[in-house]
Amino acid sequence: MKFAVIVFPGSNCDHDCYYALKHPLQQDVSFVWHKETNLKPFDVVVLPGGFSYGDYLRTGSIARFSPVMQSVVDFAAKGGIVIGICNGFQILCEAGLLPGALMRNTNLKYICDYVKVRVENSKTAFTNQCGSGEILDIPIAHADGRYHADSDTLKELHDNQQVLFKYCDLNGFVTDQVNPNGSADNIAGICNKQGNVMGMMPHPDRCYEPVLNSDHGVKIFGSLLNSR
Amino acid sequence: MTARIHITLKKGILDAEGKAVLQALNNLGVDKVEEVRVGKVIELNFGHVQAQQARELAEQACQKLLANPVIEEYEIQLLNDDGGEK
Repeated sequence: MKFAVIVFPGSNCDHDCYYALKHPLQQDVSFVWHKETNLKPFDVVVLPGGFSYGDYLRTGSIARFSPVMQSVVDFAAKGGIVIGICNGFQILCEAGLLPGALMRNTNLKYICDYVKVRVENSKTAFTNQCGSGEILDIPIAHADGRYHADSDTLKELHDNQQVLFKYCDLNGFVTDQVNPNGSADNIAGICNKQGNVMGMMPHPDRCYEPVLNSDHGVKIFGSLLNSR
Repeated sequence: MTARIHITLKKGILDAEGKAVLQALNNLGVDKVEEVRVGKVIELNFGHVQAQQARELAEQACQKLLANPVIEEYEIQLLNDDGGEK
């Protein structure tokens, strides 16, 4: 499969995404600069983490107007697979490709830590290599990761099984104590109704081989290979 | 003509920054404050543009970029070149 990793000014996990796809998974990966607009050659578009445009105004709010984003919107509308990680998730929300918004962490701190997330729906293009309810070890690194959506949107997300990951404890229990950033319902990742656009705050691109403490990220990127 | 735009989080949405400021105020001894909401102010200088058009453009800017309707609300105030309110 052909993967595009979009590079915005201020992206800093673009090389992590590239490496995670290129080496453990042996996929064909290209960087795509944000001023380019041709996504036709690709099967999957990855919006990586970072601080696009210095997080000015709101995280992701300016990247959303980069020339490539109109192409990402068209790509998604045609059913193309799009995955946004961390800042990529924030950009997808700002672009309206995913519902809700990511806000400042409740404790106001930048949190860089390994957390556990529970797979809520393992029948998606992004999670089909995971077991239902499986607990993944995966790192987070953000100051603005508090997922917010109004109650109607949250209900819709749950009803349509669009919530893919929730922060949980060692045993898979979803509690306030293990909610690192104050996200509504401990939400760590969601997909759109059609199931082809996904955003998550944790970084699968930082845990793809055991030397990094976990290789659970491969389950997520690996799921994409079964998505066609 | 200048449009001064105040952007704040919608009521009911947790303002983590406002909460931290409230705590600091209480520590300072300013303890009559019950709630703090932190927002931002953005000024758009339009030069020689009529008030109605300035308002329309500011409104458009807020809807498309300056505010996120999922979490924020905004208020537009038009100011004359001397700084007085229109």
